Amino acid sequence: MLWYTGKRLLQIIPVLLGATFLIYFMVFSMPGDPIAALFGDRPPAPGVIEQLREQYHLNEPFIVQYFYYLAGIFQGDFGVTYSGQPVNEVLARTFPVTIRLALLAIFFEMIAGISVGLISGLRKGGIFDATGLGVSLVLISLPIFVLGFVAQYFMGIQWGWFSPTVGAGAPTQDLILPALVLATISFAQISRLTRSSVIETQGLDFVRTAYSKGLSGKRIVPVHILRNSLIPVVTYLGTDFGTLLVGATVTEGIFNVPGVGRTLYQAVIRGEGPTVVSFVTIMVLLYLIVNLLIDLLYAVLDPRIRYA
Amino acid sequence: MSTPLLQVKDLEVAFRTQNGVVQAVRGVSFTLDRGSSLAIVGESGSGKSTTAHAIINLLPGTGHISGGQILLDGEDLAKASQNEMEHIRGRKIGFVPQDPMSNLNPVWSIGFQVEEAIRANGIATGRKEVKARAIQVLKEAGLQDADRRLKQYPHQFSGGMRQRVLIGMGLAANPQLLIADEPTSALDVTVQRVILDHLESLTRELGTTLLFITHDLGLAAERAEQLLVMYKGQVVEAGPSREILQNPQHPYTQRLVAAAPSLASRRIQATGSIAAAESAIAADAATAAGEAIDLIATAEARAEALEAAAAQPPAIVVENLTKVFKIRGSGDFKAVDDVSFQIRRGTTTALVGESGSGKSTVAKMLLKLEEATSGKIVVGGKDLASTSGKELFALRSRMQPVFQDPYGSLNPLRNIGNTIAEPLQTHKVGTKASRRERVFELLDQVSLPRTLLGRYPNELSGGQRQRIAIARALALKPEIVILDEAVSALDVLVQAQILRLLAELQAELNLTYLFITHDLAVVRVIADNVCVMQKGRIVEAATTDEVFGSPKEQYTRDLLAAIPGANIELGA
Repeated sequence: MLWYTGKRLLQIIPVLLGATFLIYFMVFSMPGDPIAALFGDRPPAPGVIEQLREQYHLNEPFIVQYFYYLAGIFQGDFGVTYSGQPVNEVLARTFPVTIRLALLAIFFEMIAGISVGLISGLRKGGIFDATGLGVSLVLISLPIFVLGFVAQYFMGIQWGWFSPTVGAGAPTQDLILPALVLATISFAQISRLTRSSVIETQGLDFVRTAYSKGLSGKRIVPVHILRNSLIPVVTYLGTDFGTLLVGATVTEGIFNVPGVGRTLYQAVIRGEGPTVVSFVTIMVLLYLIVNLLIDLLYAVLDPRIRYA
Repeated sequence: MSTPLLQVKDLEVAFRTQNGVVQAVRGVSFTLDRGSSLAIVGESGSGKSTTAHAIINLLPGTGHISGGQILLDGEDLAKASQNEMEHIRGRKIGFVPQDPMSNLNPVWSIGFQVEEAIRANGIATGRKEVKARAIQVLKEAGLQDADRRLKQYPHQFSGGMRQRVLIGMGLAANPQLLIADEPTSALDVTVQRVILDHLESLTRELGTTLLFITHDLGLAAERAEQLLVMYKGQVVEAGPSREILQNPQHPYTQRLVAAAPSLASRRIQATGSIAAAESAIAADAATAAGEAIDLIATAEARAEALEAAAAQPPAIVVENLTKVFKIRGSGDFKAVDDVSFQIRRGTTTALVGESGSGKSTVAKMLLKLEEATSGKIVVGGKDLASTSGKELFALRSRMQPVFQDPYGSLNPLRNIGNTIAEPLQTHKVGTKASRRERVFELLDQVSLPRTLLGRYPNELSGGQRQRIAIARALALKPEIVILDEAVSALDVLVQAQILRLLAELQAELNLTYLFITHDLAVVRVIADNVCVMQKGRIVEAATTDEVFGSPKEQYTRDLLAAIPGANIELGA
């Protein structure tokens, strides 16, 4: 197990290097001059431009810029944004917010998805199952920005259940509404996944054997059916957590969450190479670590899986 | 005598399907006295397992009891509520399921699963007592080191060990009735024997009444006092085991007795010829007498063929074949250890052994699906190790496999015609029209109607599928066919048909068979020579008659003794 974990951690290094290189290259190839964009209509003094180019190594060839950047990372320095803030600071400010948002969303979708899926699976073909399917289909087909605005309008403004936008410092109670919106999409997936998994497990021989031992349904459902059904769900949750860290851009925009998605989007628009690459690097790192944790969790859920 | 423990009266079980209601069990009645034993025998689909599941009210899917009574101690189980059934299961009726591989929850430890049964039935309370009882139960079921293994998971147990756990669980609450649904069908014969012996002594000690479900007539007769033969949901014959076996009344029972390879072995010895046995096994009991003359004729023909074969060079030569698997942490594992044998053209050699003896690995190396670690395989004069590319491709067309599982070895998305024609396409034989002709010819050869061409595997029975697999293997007119447990998954009657088909095809096309099986009874009726494998080595190699008549190795004798029903004298 230890050896396996070590091996997986070592594998992260080449993946990270490859990812940073690719992203850096793509940002570098984007058209337009980031310095010119900084100044808008009023042309700055030529000396200033030169100085900025010097400062950000913009007049060096691509590969040299990349190595400057890489050397910085290894010293814990992710560079400076074009507005002068250290990228480190931006990372430290935005990532905790997004991680909290993602965890909250995962929590909601897990509770709702697994319970709805379990009941639908146990009462396959019943009214609950049919309703669940209908609701899931509607939710899956709704684009997230529609869902976001509708939720914001009704729950935030009309009924006033939640704060419609996220305030300074992103307090957790403000994050509930965007987390619910994020959870809605995955809820549909998780409930369908749990349902089919429960149906499959229910028909397995050991469940019948459990009944033949004289156990009651109350014990068999959580102990023998649910636990065995959760393995595919855990896989999905793992990838979903990764997606939530990266892809909450739209939702963060709607609710004004000062998180990763919004900041990254702005950095991409402005062509800020170092900022974009730093964000993506941290995202890749988080994604890999989450997936490693999921793989290790497998071994806990299913004793047949042993890593050597 | 007091009232019988179990009385089943006119039991009817139905399943709701898309095409209406299907009756799986139709008017089954029997009584079971305290301390007695009854076996229900029949092929798959006969309703025997459904009857058992109806008794403990665990019918799968849409199955439900649609009529009749199940009286346990006078109480009608067909009318019992879910709650009442929970009390009866485990406490009054124990259940031992069929497949030890799938009947234990893989994510919980053995101890956990035994303990929950004990706790649910109120046998013991408190951590320590429950644990002590679990250890006791498992020890009784034959797991000597139960206290050490309680924390282990099912995948760390062998099939036999798991079945012991299941038996222990079934008996954990000292039920009056134990239903054993094919408890050993998934196990090797020798393990099967040990487990059944143990089950028998255990139930005798505890005074448990035993209801046995099996497809194996020999096993049923050996293990149960009373026999109930089921066919298509109905009881066709019932009575004392030996009586039914020696004097079957119903035509279906007669066919079953005639087809059971374990029972037929007696008759083969009487005629003393393999070919005769092949015919005898397939023949209906009613017509057996009429065919007796033909049997002698075919036996003579077979003897001549064998003599002719001796003059030719062998089709397969295997010399000092060894296969070592590297296992991280625990060193090397020798799956096949210095194995040598020869197979002459047009003859059948059987490779026999329990699971893990290395017989299938030999087959894989012969097919070059697995590389040999050392040793030599010569097929039709060519050394397999040095062939590759085009030569190997050509060689493969002369050597075809048929695998065990007729459900898994056919692609469900290809229709029968395409399945059979696939090897022809791969090896670019003939034109589209001529390939189609060949497919028809093959369907004729395996006695399947030509109309099957456009059907898909899921529309066929197990026996039909295995015929398709054989037809596919024969498509390229190979000289050698490697049959890896090719009849093990089939019911006895179908098994007999396929064995006869194989024998006919061999005579017609001068095929060479390597027949891999764990079932010695089948070997008796198909093989000319037998190699018995144990732990990767060939421990005994001789002609079939020698092996069965005078086995030299203890291991072979154990295997022979383990054939269920081998010692029962048939009246016929």
